[in-house]
Amino acid sequence: MRPIDWLTQVLEVVAALAVAPLFQGWVNQCRAWLQNRRAPPLWQTYRAIRKLFHKDAVIATNASPLFRVAPYVVFATMLTAAAVIPSMGTRLPFSPAADAIALVGLFATARMFLALAAMDVGTPFGTLGARREMMVGFLAEPALLMVIFVAALISSTTALPAISERLATGPLVLSPSLAFTGVAFTMVLLAENGRLPIDNPATHLELTMIHEAMLLEYSARHLALMEFASALKLMNYACIGFALFVPWGTATSAAGPFALAAAIPALAVKLVVAGAALALIETASAKLRVFRAPEFLATAFLFAVLGMLVHLLLGA
Amino acid sequence: MTVALGAPLEQILALLCAWIAIGAVGLVRPASLKIAGRTLFPLGAVCGAAIAVVAAIHLAQPPERMILPIGLPALPMHLRLDALSATFLVLLGAASAGISLFGAGYFRVGQGTAPGLLCFEYHLFLASMGFVLLADDAYAFMVAWETMAVSSYFLVTSQHRIGEIRRAGYLYLLIAHLGALAILLCFGVLQGGSWRFTFDAMRAAHLSGGWAAAAFLLALAGFGAKAGLVPLHVWLPEAHPAAPSPVSALMSGVMLKIAIYGMLRVAFDLLHGLPGWWGLVPVALGLFSALYGIVFAAAQTDMKRLLAYSSIENVGILFTGLGLAMVFRGAAMPTVAALALVAVLYHALNHAFMKSLLFLGTGSVLHSTGERNLGRLGGLIHRMPWVAWLTLVGVLAIAGLPPLNGFVSEWLLLQAFLHAHEVPYPFVDMLLPLGAGMVALVGALAGYVMVKFYGVVFLGQPREPSLARAHDAGRTERAGLAWLALGCVALGLLPATIVPALGTVASSLGVGSLPAGGGPWWMLAPLGPQSISYAPPVFAGTVIAGVLLTMLVVRLTYRRPVRRAPPWTCGAGPLTGRTQDTAEGFGQPIRHFFTPWFAMRRSLPTPFDAAPRYSVEIGDRIWRALYEPLAGWVDRGAAICAVFQRGRISTYLLYALATLCLLLALVL
Amino acid sequence: MGQMPFVMQLLDTLAALLLLLSFAMLAQRRIATLVELFALQGGVLCAATLLLAWRTGDDNLVLSAALTLGVKVLALPWLLRRMIRRLDVYWDTDPLLHIPGTMLVGVLIVVFSFGLAQPISALASTATRSAIGIAVAVILLAFLTMITRRKAMSQVIGFLSMENGLFFGAMSATYGMPMIVELGVALDVLVAMLVLGVFFFQIREQFDSLDLERLESHQGGR
Repeated sequence: MRPIDWLTQVLEVVAALAVAPLFQGWVNQCRAWLQNRRAPPLWQTYRAIRKLFHKDAVIATNASPLFRVAPYVVFATMLTAAAVIPSMGTRLPFSPAADAIALVGLFATARMFLALAAMDVGTPFGTLGARREMMVGFLAEPALLMVIFVAALISSTTALPAISERLATGPLVLSPSLAFTGVAFTMVLLAENGRLPIDNPATHLELTMIHEAMLLEYSARHLALMEFASALKLMNYACIGFALFVPWGTATSAAGPFALAAAIPALAVKLVVAGAALALIETASAKLRVFRAPEFLATAFLFAVLGMLVHLLLGA
Repeated sequence: MTVALGAPLEQILALLCAWIAIGAVGLVRPASLKIAGRTLFPLGAVCGAAIAVVAAIHLAQPPERMILPIGLPALPMHLRLDALSATFLVLLGAASAGISLFGAGYFRVGQGTAPGLLCFEYHLFLASMGFVLLADDAYAFMVAWETMAVSSYFLVTSQHRIGEIRRAGYLYLLIAHLGALAILLCFGVLQGGSWRFTFDAMRAAHLSGGWAAAAFLLALAGFGAKAGLVPLHVWLPEAHPAAPSPVSALMSGVMLKIAIYGMLRVAFDLLHGLPGWWGLVPVALGLFSALYGIVFAAAQTDMKRLLAYSSIENVGILFTGLGLAMVFRGAAMPTVAALALVAVLYHALNHAFMKSLLFLGTGSVLHSTGERNLGRLGGLIHRMPWVAWLTLVGVLAIAGLPPLNGFVSEWLLLQAFLHAHEVPYPFVDMLLPLGAGMVALVGALAGYVMVKFYGVVFLGQPREPSLARAHDAGRTERAGLAWLALGCVALGLLPATIVPALGTVASSLGVGSLPAGGGPWWMLAPLGPQSISYAPPVFAGTVIAGVLLTMLVVRLTYRRPVRRAPPWTCGAGPLTGRTQDTAEGFGQPIRHFFTPWFAMRRSLPTPFDAAPRYSVEIGDRIWRALYEPLAGWVDRGAAICAVFQRGRISTYLLYALATLCLLLALVL
Repeated sequence: MGQMPFVMQLLDTLAALLLLLSFAMLAQRRIATLVELFALQGGVLCAATLLLAWRTGDDNLVLSAALTLGVKVLALPWLLRRMIRRLDVYWDTDPLLHIPGTMLVGVLIVVFSFGLAQPISALASTATRSAIGIAVAVILLAFLTMITRRKAMSQVIGFLSMENGLFFGAMSATYGMPMIVELGVALDVLVAMLVLGVFFFQIREQFDSLDLERLESHQGGR
């Protein structure tokens, strides 16, 4: 491991921390423009987090320690996930410790703690949110795993940086199987981040909400951490998408220190485009009924499975 | 004490005999709770731990044999200790140590079977499982196997005054015996015309294709019945809730693994000449069982039934891995075959710890609240913090979350599945990789089920006022739970030292071997250091460091107080236990999604009902489609036979005379 | 695996897109969207044909690409859209099997057709040998679409999509059918469409619905 690799590793985590709220703000801004609203400033999420850090924390009388520890666990898992995903360079010192399957496991850990914390106080909304979150999760998680599996089959490893590097430098420029998995991944991204066809991030107290329902009992610093974690999650998903479907521009293992300098603007450009695309998809789609959510996700899962079949047939 | 006894096989034999002796002491004063609880069960736990240690030390050494001059005249008992049986002895010893420790505090109230008698049955059960693992001929195996079945039957029906429990026990015994019959026939086929029933003779026998297949299918039926493979699973969700919790833990955590051991022994050691693609049968059955089990677990409202269905899921995963290893072995892919086999062994170890932990957790809850119904529990994390936090470890582990142990075996299995497209059979090379999707789906569903289990039992508001009187587990019970939780954590963090040890099992069975020199102790790299890797200590350290660092930063930057207030209810009045989601409600999305799987009987209230009632009853389609007609035929057959049963002595004497005449005519 | 020429990669990708669109049609409940997906499938087919024409230098293929564009991307969707408007059928509400179930069957069909195509692809020597499996899958999936739908309208779209699969299969196996056959098929499809359109109106006149269950209850003698 060269010093530059450690630098890349640290830079990735720091960048994820710094940029995640901005990325969320960017998506919200694009949405507002597309919907003919006046856009909130880019750093709105930062403002919200800062505001929450200046408030008294109110905790339900019957909340257990699990409720208080969950925001920290969720936040830390998302941070760890950011260390696994090669957003800037593919030679990460941390990557042998956790591969893509462990990454999916990390997301599952966060989901489970979130759901358990939501059930802890025992409000109707909390349990409802937890149930719906798990309902989304039980299909989204295998779908994500299958997406990663296809990429792993193409590059014959499950280490995410190695996958990304082989996709970027391999003999194939276009992989037909990635067309399927790309669709599946986009669907999973929308569902897992509480985005429009499944959940509406802009509403509180709607009977169909999922993510917000779980956070209803949180306030102040705990809520701030949860909000920060969900921004990080969106950013992480976007970076997984880049690693699998647009791996070009990151610093590969053969590259010198300048590649890292080039990787930062590349990531910025990808994020800007992805945020705009996300806003476009959200604006163009209507919210599904909650009962239809499993159907949507099952479709995603089967698309990923098809991607694998196409890969096995075409060898690409 | 036993260390002076020389060979490891003798030591283990001595320890197994010690178990029987401990049980026998319990018989001296059957009514005394003091002797059984305070002394005998902890002693049993020590024995268990000793067995685990001895077996673990012996794991990498060559097989060792012994012939005991008891049994049939021409067939003394053959015993053998090799890597495979040593692995399962570690499982038996280590898991039972925790369960016995828990049992020391658990068996308190003297209803049903007397504690001393229970102690005898319990230790006989343990010892018989040990003898199954050591047996090296069909006769010894079957004797131990049947002792195991019968002793566990008596343990299941220890509350024999309740009719439901007697029925559950009967069903268990029935299916256990059908399974034993299949195993007996399997051994009959395996000896291959030599008429010698030692396992050595079976290893040497060469079966033709058809006979090999028959032996394999018989073994699958026999061991599958014991393990709870669908469609032979029906006894499991009945017997586990009926048994006392430590016994459920032992049956689910350990006895099902003994069945897996039997299947592994037959499929990889005794049986030769079977084409690899026969492995697809256990893969298909296993995947179906896994999905079936977990989907039904999501719909259950009894916590022990839920765990029983989850055991069916895990058994399904074990059979999937086993079949996968067979397919790979047949396709001449030894490294991956070894990987799949190691995944099976690892998952067996994992499941022994986590499922025992969960069953014991439900035991504590049952003990202190008297409730098994999820609809009447809730909020127990406040009243029973020890049990709740230790159970949380088991819940996270069985949901397959890193860095705990459930994730490791799932990871290994998925890595094996990644090579499934390389098998040289048409269609199979496309269908088999889809199994990975199924395993992933089952894993995610397990997370769902565990959130339901834990959330409904331990979190939220108490659903009954009586729950306020719930008390935490006693000291020995806590120790038992903590031992098992520690096992889950250790298996999760140290796979890099355990996987190579399990790799020796694969190589000793001739399946294949994992490349040596995987990496340092903290890095799991089963296929060599340049390949796939996973480093749980680093991983766990990073997550924990992240948590602590975040806490530190928050502590440094944030100075506002924390207030406690009643939960926010949208102004709808105070929250009660009844305003929460019920267990049925939590399982509803799964029930909705998998509707055709369930035989559901639902009654919905109309808006005009004066006293609206909602009820839903979940039935097992396989029970209705397979077992009920079968029972009907048996009944009809019995009715025909009953014609001969006249109840008069002279009629029976007439039968005897007729039979005698017939036999004389035949012989002479 | 050696370096594949970029054109072939593109062709494979287009083939995969064809399959993707077939699946999207299988999962779709809205008839209006179904038509758009069908038009898109025609577009992909047209692009694939053009690409193949450019690679092989076969002028006939250019012609058939133009034919595809004219008939399947422009004419038929236009006809269908008009018909939807006039018949007022936008939804095929509940398919016979729920969507994930249908798709699961679809996946099994794909496995089947890929497995079937494996030996054929190994023998075939044309540039697009791997696409045969996809063509078979598209045909069978279109069949499945027809089976699981209730409305006559979506069944017709399924039928047309099946023709897409046939065309693609012919193209990838033998670089297209003889021109005269292709013209005939295109004409047939158009005429069939017109005839079916007349049928739709007749059915609705008679039964007030395009739901085919209504037809089933009017079998002779019951």
